[in-house]
Amino acid sequence: MKSAVIVFPGSNCDRDMAVALEKITGTKPLMVWHQEHTFDTVDFVALPGGFSYGDYLRCGAMSARSNVMKEVIKRAEDGVPTFGVCNGFQVLTETGLLPGALMRNANLHFVCKDVRMSVENTDTMFTSDYAGDSEITVPVAHHDGNYFADDDTLDRLEGEGQVAFRYLDDINGAQRGIAGITNARGNILGMMPHPERMIEPAFGGSDGRKLFTSVMNRLG
Amino acid sequence: MKARIHVTLKNGVLDPQGKAIEHALSNMGFGGVDAARQGKFIELDLVETDRDAAHASVDEMCRKLLANTVIENYSIELE
Repeated sequence: MKSAVIVFPGSNCDRDMAVALEKITGTKPLMVWHQEHTFDTVDFVALPGGFSYGDYLRCGAMSARSNVMKEVIKRAEDGVPTFGVCNGFQVLTETGLLPGALMRNANLHFVCKDVRMSVENTDTMFTSDYAGDSEITVPVAHHDGNYFADDDTLDRLEGEGQVAFRYLDDINGAQRGIAGITNARGNILGMMPHPERMIEPAFGGSDGRKLFTSVMNRLG
Repeated sequence: MKARIHVTLKNGVLDPQGKAIEHALSNMGFGGVDAARQGKFIELDLVETDRDAAHASVDEMCRKLLANTVIENYSIELE
């Protein structure tokens, strides 16, 4: 599986993502700088965590309008599996590829800890290997992870099985405890927690690993 | 021409920073503040001299970048 990690000024989980992808897929990902207009064909595009453009204006707002995102949006709309973690999730909502927005945590605290989540839908290309897992533990590290969307959108997300992950405890005020969602087509996933930081026991756990193996299995 | 843009959270969208400001004011002894909402103020210097054209252009800037209309409203003043 060939993958790409998009790197913005201020990304800081791009190397974590690259390590996870290389360890799990066996192939070093392409690191793509935000000023690029295009990049080699890949099977999987990852938008990493961090504080791209210093979170200026709104988290992810500047990155969503960068050169490289025009290409990422085009490929995601063509069906290329696209995965945004933390700041990457914020970028995906800012582009409109995923509905809703990530707002300041309701308690105003930066939250940095391992959190328990339920896998709400194991019938997606990102979650199929979690079938049978009642809960998983993955770290979060964010100040703006409070997922917001209007009630109609939330109802639609729930009804269509687009809620992929839900927090088991309220950590940031997210509407309906939403930690991660997919688009309607199912090829785009955005989530606040960091599965790439939980890929082997030496990292404190390996609950994040199945996300990447699910995609690998789907892509064959 | 100057454009002054106010971006505010929509009604019904929780504004935790506004809440914190409200509490801080109350703790400092300022009474009579029922609610505080925090927003952004953006000022642009425009080359355009036609008001209608300027308004249309700034409106598009707001929709495409300056405001996130999922959660925010904006208002434009031209001078």
